[in-house]
Amino acid sequence: MALTSNSPSLHQRARIMKDVLARYAISVGGIGVILAVVLIFFYLLFVVVPLFKPAKLESVTSYQPAPAGVGDETLHLAMEEQSEIGVRFTSYGTAQFFFTGSGAVIREQAVSLPPDTTITSFAAGAPHTAVVAFGLSNGTAILVRHTYQVSFLDDKRMITPSLDYPLGKNPLIIDTASRPLHLLAVQSDGEQTSFGAVTADGRLLFTHFAAEESFLEEEELLERTSAELEGMPENTAYLLLDTEQRYLYTANREGALSIFDLAHKRQPALDQRLPSVTEGAEITAMALLAGGISLMIGGSDGRISQWFPVRDESGRSVFTRIRVFDSQQGSIVSLVPEFYRKGFLAADSSGELGIYHATAHRTLLLEKLGDGAPLEHLAVSPRANALLVEDRSGKTRFLRIENEHPEISFSSLWGKVWYENYSQPEYIWQSSSASDSFEPKLSLTPITFGTLKAAFYAMLVALPLAVLGAIYTAQFMAPRMRRIVKPTIEIMEALPTVIIGFLAGLWLAPVLETHLPGMFALLLILPLGILLFAFIWTHLVPDGVRHRVPDNWEAALLLPVVALLGWFSFSISPTLERVLFGGNMIQWLTYEMGIPFDQRNSLVVGIAMGFAVIPTIFSMAEDALFGVPKHLIRGSLALGATPWQTLMRVILLTASPGIFAAVMIGLGRAVGETMIVLMATGNTPVMDFSIFQGMRTLSANIAVEMPEAEVASTHYRVLFLAALVLFVMTFIFNTLAELVRQRLRKKYSNL
Amino acid sequence: MNGWFKSGSPWVWLSAAAVSVCILLVVALLGLIAARGLVFFWPKQVLQTHYQDPSGISYRLIGEIQDSEEIPAARLRESGIEPPGDRDSYTRYLFKTGNRDALGMDFRMILPDFMGKVEYPAELMVVERREWGNLYGYLKEFREDGRVVAQGEAAVAELQRRLKEALELFGEIRHIEKDLIGAINYQLEQLRLEERRLKLAGDNDPAKRDAIEARRKKLREEYAELQKKRNGLFPQLNRYSFTAEIMTGQLVEVPLAKVVRVYFPNAMGPLDKIGHYFGKLWEFVSDEPREANTEGGIFPAIFGTVMMVLLMSVVVTPCGVVAAVYLREYARQGFVVRLIRIAVNNLAGVPSIVYGVFGLGFFVYFLGGGIDALFYPEALPSPTFGTPGILWSSITLALLTLPVVIVATEEGLARVPRSIREGSLALGATKAETLWRTVLPMASPAMMTGLILAVARAAGEVAPLMLVGVVKLAPSLPLDGNPPFLHLDRKFMHLGFHIYDVGFQSPNVEAARPLVYATSLLLILVIVVLNLTAIRIRNHLREKYRSLES
Repeated sequence: MALTSNSPSLHQRARIMKDVLARYAISVGGIGVILAVVLIFFYLLFVVVPLFKPAKLESVTSYQPAPAGVGDETLHLAMEEQSEIGVRFTSYGTAQFFFTGSGAVIREQAVSLPPDTTITSFAAGAPHTAVVAFGLSNGTAILVRHTYQVSFLDDKRMITPSLDYPLGKNPLIIDTASRPLHLLAVQSDGEQTSFGAVTADGRLLFTHFAAEESFLEEEELLERTSAELEGMPENTAYLLLDTEQRYLYTANREGALSIFDLAHKRQPALDQRLPSVTEGAEITAMALLAGGISLMIGGSDGRISQWFPVRDESGRSVFTRIRVFDSQQGSIVSLVPEFYRKGFLAADSSGELGIYHATAHRTLLLEKLGDGAPLEHLAVSPRANALLVEDRSGKTRFLRIENEHPEISFSSLWGKVWYENYSQPEYIWQSSSASDSFEPKLSLTPITFGTLKAAFYAMLVALPLAVLGAIYTAQFMAPRMRRIVKPTIEIMEALPTVIIGFLAGLWLAPVLETHLPGMFALLLILPLGILLFAFIWTHLVPDGVRHRVPDNWEAALLLPVVALLGWFSFSISPTLERVLFGGNMIQWLTYEMGIPFDQRNSLVVGIAMGFAVIPTIFSMAEDALFGVPKHLIRGSLALGATPWQTLMRVILLTASPGIFAAVMIGLGRAVGETMIVLMATGNTPVMDFSIFQGMRTLSANIAVEMPEAEVASTHYRVLFLAALVLFVMTFIFNTLAELVRQRLRKKYSNL
Repeated sequence: MNGWFKSGSPWVWLSAAAVSVCILLVVALLGLIAARGLVFFWPKQVLQTHYQDPSGISYRLIGEIQDSEEIPAARLRESGIEPPGDRDSYTRYLFKTGNRDALGMDFRMILPDFMGKVEYPAELMVVERREWGNLYGYLKEFREDGRVVAQGEAAVAELQRRLKEALELFGEIRHIEKDLIGAINYQLEQLRLEERRLKLAGDNDPAKRDAIEARRKKLREEYAELQKKRNGLFPQLNRYSFTAEIMTGQLVEVPLAKVVRVYFPNAMGPLDKIGHYFGKLWEFVSDEPREANTEGGIFPAIFGTVMMVLLMSVVVTPCGVVAAVYLREYARQGFVVRLIRIAVNNLAGVPSIVYGVFGLGFFVYFLGGGIDALFYPEALPSPTFGTPGILWSSITLALLTLPVVIVATEEGLARVPRSIREGSLALGATKAETLWRTVLPMASPAMMTGLILAVARAAGEVAPLMLVGVVKLAPSLPLDGNPPFLHLDRKFMHLGFHIYDVGFQSPNVEAARPLVYATSLLLILVIVVLNLTAIRIRNHLREKYRSLES
């Protein structure tokens, strides 16, 4: 006996061990829950944060390229898809292909020039077309394309660069008078090729070649049209064609700009003239953004302005300055657009490089490269992840860019943005499109607005019903009826929102559309009818009948009354519609009032989502009201207050924080509800508070677009941001509600 | 009157009305769904009448009245119909004519005012087909190999007899195709993966490769045999057909292989109708969907929902209970616990779609992608767990329903009287033993309540599932006869999503609508029963502890 009590038995020790183990295991589990919430928040944040990271540059190597000859000058730099191989077009008319990593020349190919001609000008087409053109001293031009053949040898990638001539090796006649071409612009999309040129004697020419399939001969025929254009600025120094070959831009250093409309290739015409686009500074660089709509103009003052045509009230398109980037000091020497995004890079004379995004109005990076020697040429890779820079000394640098999400900034998410082809800045959500050079419109404002709008209409329906109902149930209702009502409300809370949404979209929306006047009549008829019934019941019905209904069963008594009033309102709807609205209220709204009407509108959402949040608010408000200490109520009644006075002055006052908490929770639920809005609205992201129009909410937007978003793309991350916004909104509502409730609980226990 | 208003009594009445409105709304919603969902299986009378179109054309109309609505006269005029008489509103029927193959559409809107004498001929036949929806018409001939073998009355008997055979044959073919050939395809795919796994591991053992090759050869042989057997059955199935005269007078030939059911609703007695009703009901819950989910049953959706909810329960119960026990029994009541309470309440308030986004990003792409890279490299680049599936769906929903279980369990624990705990401790039990032997058993009904509520919530939740694993049509169930039997990586069908998909994404919404009501009814029934059970248990518990405390 003594032995065992001195040293605890094995069994005893195991018990204690188990106890300790259980303590730890359970503690870990409990803390796990709090971690889960934190994990959700941080994971969302983790996905969202890269959106706001600035761009990063990483210098890989630098080298001095082998010159093509004495006094060789670089005309143009470019890279292929993998950014393994670069090409340098030289003033000798050669294309030098080299490894971007080492600068070692792979191949040097000369463009075949006709005898006795020299190169007098050079132009590059849109970067993704990879075409360049040389203007010659005899008024002709040669179109060249750099192409890259990818082959795999033993699982190793081999890229073979070469030059080809899309329109044949023969020089194309630009100037029939055979004068040297001093300035050149080119665009080619395989079927159509356009040239703009300024000749040595100062004429502006537009020449267009259209490929024509010939049935008789093997080779393609080129149909050439040409025109001389009047109206370019004096001393034109810049000539640009847009990708669609719709406009020709000409400008001089002093800032005068003339735009020619090329819609009719045979009769191009001067479209508009702007005397000064740079506010006194000189134009030092010009480029078109991807898609060819926006013109970027860089000035000697380091400012870069974005311009595109905007339709004014009369429908005329006016070339307008949209936004200005004002971050660089030196004069802009080179402007290079990205291939597929609305981003661009700018190099200036102080050796500084800037990476920008036009739509987001965002400066992603500003960095002095090397020793500050003025930069001359820039080339960005098609995936916008690598960069070649050549400075004045001819030194070429190869750099890697990390810039995944330039299109996101605070202003592009929440502010009004002036998108291409729009006549004014707007809030727009339009995340995807079929075309490559599409400008993503990722403003969260319209969908956040839609979320709040839906929640507002839902609360408009739910608040009065839920709070009044809770007041009655907590204070006046007979206990037996309470035992029926509470579970009914709980069932109401449990109804899947997908069913409510389905009924709202497929049943309620058409019914409301045909019975719209009835719906509005109901708002008037219901309260008046109930008051009338109450009056009749309390004053006119004989006591014998009245006393048969037990006390505090008014709600049950009113069931048939409410049903009857509802039926009545809807059955007089056609008559009302004929008498008041000339037969069709929707038409009346649209034509007489100018209010557009959607079948699936905010009214439907309000009713359906109101239905969904009523039980949430009801239950919590009822709990708060029912929990008001009974001695307070009895005291008030004993002092002679009527039940209604007691309610207004004592109960509501005491329970008001609880009701506030209930409303907050209800609001949180309405904000986050997905299926109802998805099914009961048209999901169009409009910014309109009208009750007859739909909306798109954050949650529905996620549900619709998330399955299609590519992982880790900007779109994907913005949808995560939408989820984060929802999370934060509901977090605020819920935490507020919870804090209020915890305080209220303490208050009740003190009373 | 003034005094009456001052007394506040009218306001009491108005607040009472708020309760009435809420209750009426619930009752109306349940009633609407029940009414529409239940009548769906009842064989409707098929009517025949002459329809005098307002544009002057008159034709024979055969079909069922699907729905009716009141429409203001002005709207009718706008749609180009001049209604007879001078009423404010008119009844309009949604009329199902069926015969989509011959008429181009299933439904049309008609006004009863333009209908002639309505008849219900007993010979009118309804044919449910596997394609093109229902056929309404008169049976004319029954054919075998293209030859007419029976006409009129005799054709009816012949049709019923042969249809039974055809359905059996069809079942057999389906069994071969889906179960047997499906199993072989599954094994072949496993072999391919095994081979690739060997290759990735650098294992060039010829013996292993030969073994795989041998097994593959054997499977291919089995496959060829089954295919031969199946091909042998086809001519037998395709021998019979019948012709029917539809409302336009046109004769339509229907192969028996395409027929699911033939019946003569106007000739049915009440017993026949009840039989038909339960037959359809059984088909609804046990069969697979047909015609882009607008016909047939919803068995895969029921199965998927149950399966997902079961998996979820396995995850959520222990987590929820442990968290509740920690909060109530172990944690020192103070700041941390307050924080956790706020966290739990927040978890309950986070919109479900946010859970979906989190599940997709964290579980599917992050965890799933990691699992694939570690354990299933042979299947890459096609993902195994790195894609939405039933496992991720259940875990996401477990996270979503965690607060429900925690709150319910905590309430249960709080109700266990202190005296019982102290008694146990006084007798020398450790805290863990007290918990395990006395407190938890007493709180188990509360846990049950929590679990039931969680299940009810999960069964009705759709939004997150759309991101983490639900599909409109799953080719195979997550549980089948192929080892390892339980396929956690598969996508699944879900009742709630089925409602959304069929109601809103289906090309033929009118035809699908009754089915959506029936599906909704089923879902609501499940959820209401679960909730009522939970409420019942909870109330019972409260009573029990009230008596213990006193």
